[in-house]
Amino acid sequence: MSPAPLSIRDRAAIVGIGRTPYSKRSGVTEQHQAAAAILAALDDAGLSIAEVDGIARFDIENVNELQLVYGMGIPHLRFFAGVPSGGGAVAGTLVLAAMAIATGQASVVVCYRARNRGRQSSHGAKPLQGGRPWAKHAAALTDFYQYHVPFGLITPAQEMALIYRRHMHEFGTTTEHFGAVAVAQRAHAARNPEAVMREPITLADHQASRWIAEPLRLLDCCLETDGACAVVMTSAERARDCRQPPAYLLAGAQAEGPIHIQMADYLAHWQEKTAGAAVAEQLYGMAGVTARDVDAAMFFDHFSPAVILSLEDYGFCARGEGGPFVAAGEHAWPHGSIPVNTHGGSLSEAYIHGYNHILEGVRQIRGTSHCQVPDCELVLVTSSNTDPTGAVLLRR
Amino acid sequence: MAEIPVPVPVPDADNQGFWDGCRRGELRLQRCLGCGAWRHHPRPICPRCQSFACEWALASGRGVVHTFTIVHRPTLPAFEDRLPYNVIVVRLEEGPFMVSNLVGGSAEDLRIGAAVEVVFEPLDDAISLPKFRPRRAR
Repeated sequence: MSPAPLSIRDRAAIVGIGRTPYSKRSGVTEQHQAAAAILAALDDAGLSIAEVDGIARFDIENVNELQLVYGMGIPHLRFFAGVPSGGGAVAGTLVLAAMAIATGQASVVVCYRARNRGRQSSHGAKPLQGGRPWAKHAAALTDFYQYHVPFGLITPAQEMALIYRRHMHEFGTTTEHFGAVAVAQRAHAARNPEAVMREPITLADHQASRWIAEPLRLLDCCLETDGACAVVMTSAERARDCRQPPAYLLAGAQAEGPIHIQMADYLAHWQEKTAGAAVAEQLYGMAGVTARDVDAAMFFDHFSPAVILSLEDYGFCARGEGGPFVAAGEHAWPHGSIPVNTHGGSLSEAYIHGYNHILEGVRQIRGTSHCQVPDCELVLVTSSNTDPTGAVLLRR
Repeated sequence: MAEIPVPVPVPDADNQGFWDGCRRGELRLQRCLGCGAWRHHPRPICPRCQSFACEWALASGRGVVHTFTIVHRPTLPAFEDRLPYNVIVVRLEEGPFMVSNLVGGSAEDLRIGAAVEVVFEPLDDAISLPKFRPRRAR
């Protein structure tokens, strides 16, 4: 008899979530933040640090396996791996963990992201040692930055502004549409005591906020936050005996190509499949669901128009219709057809490189969100919708 | 205050021909000797036919603005005295896209679809940057 086809579908679950306080200046190191978030997640799950035998993290994470093994007393790892890219790695870490659990390479896997990114929080000269990586470009450019940086194309906001300008040109998207995303997410954050920014804003506030890189204004941009988030995953069988209701990983997918923001054709290939649309196809195919089955979506929102493009890529509206979709409030809790970033997202809760979105996805499944979607059974959580990217579906 | 230098590209074996062309005031891009496809940024292999063979062919230097931004803040110290400044993506006549700046134009020239042509601005003795100015009907 041949073995059943291998799949990660429904094989693993998130059983613990943990975080540090989100702040503009924590005063502690990223290693400190990571350890605190991981301990909180283990406590949430009712598991001990001695039971952790796997780690999946961002490649660019500053806190590595050694620091966790020797620094916080994880006795023995038998699985450890990283996912390339920046915010494109969020969902990939969960996919890696589920693969390790499904194949028996690990039984309890910790995934985390620790970042000190407040303006005052840089604690080292290397690009990933806190602060803003783009501010640490060397005087001599030896990589592909040499085709961008000498022209003053430096920051993610500037790169993404080029993409969003093109979307406006092709589809009539407006900056008021961007504002509809920012206003709704601030309203979500206003109900969330953990959010950094809770003061409600109006569309007029959005339109009056200063330019960062046109067409992006200040209120289109994510926060820069100190903090860490962690999740604990184990097998679906073991999850049923843990302290919290499991959030099962129904499906997960990654995609790279053909468009990377920094080497971009800046969306010259609209008619071809973007990486986000490729992820959506894999993800829904694995899960046997469509966008209509999804109860809430946690979209990576480094900038508010990223939500508009993600709504299109993940099939909640047609290509080019994301602007009118959010103008109609379809993304806003509690009345929208697909509540998005119900914790306030990176724009208003905190920017932990999208990892706080996983925690909110789990809260929706558990029924403990401050903007709870009634009877929430299926949540989409995405990585940065640039390239590479990824997404997972969590189910009750 | 001393001027803060713009970070300078360091050519390597894959892109020396591009930067050599810019220094001479020529926009030279890789053209595949296998399939004829133009490409930018420089790289060792053709993404269309996987040939390693290419020439540094003289491009027309003409294109249109595909998208743009106006940068207000923040930026690197070297660019702060230019704020606000534009960044454009040019779709070259040969097909490839190139990040650059629009120079010598007015605010009305900074729009998607605007016709532009290359000019070169020296950064130091070894490196000149390909910039673009509005292309007027003659």
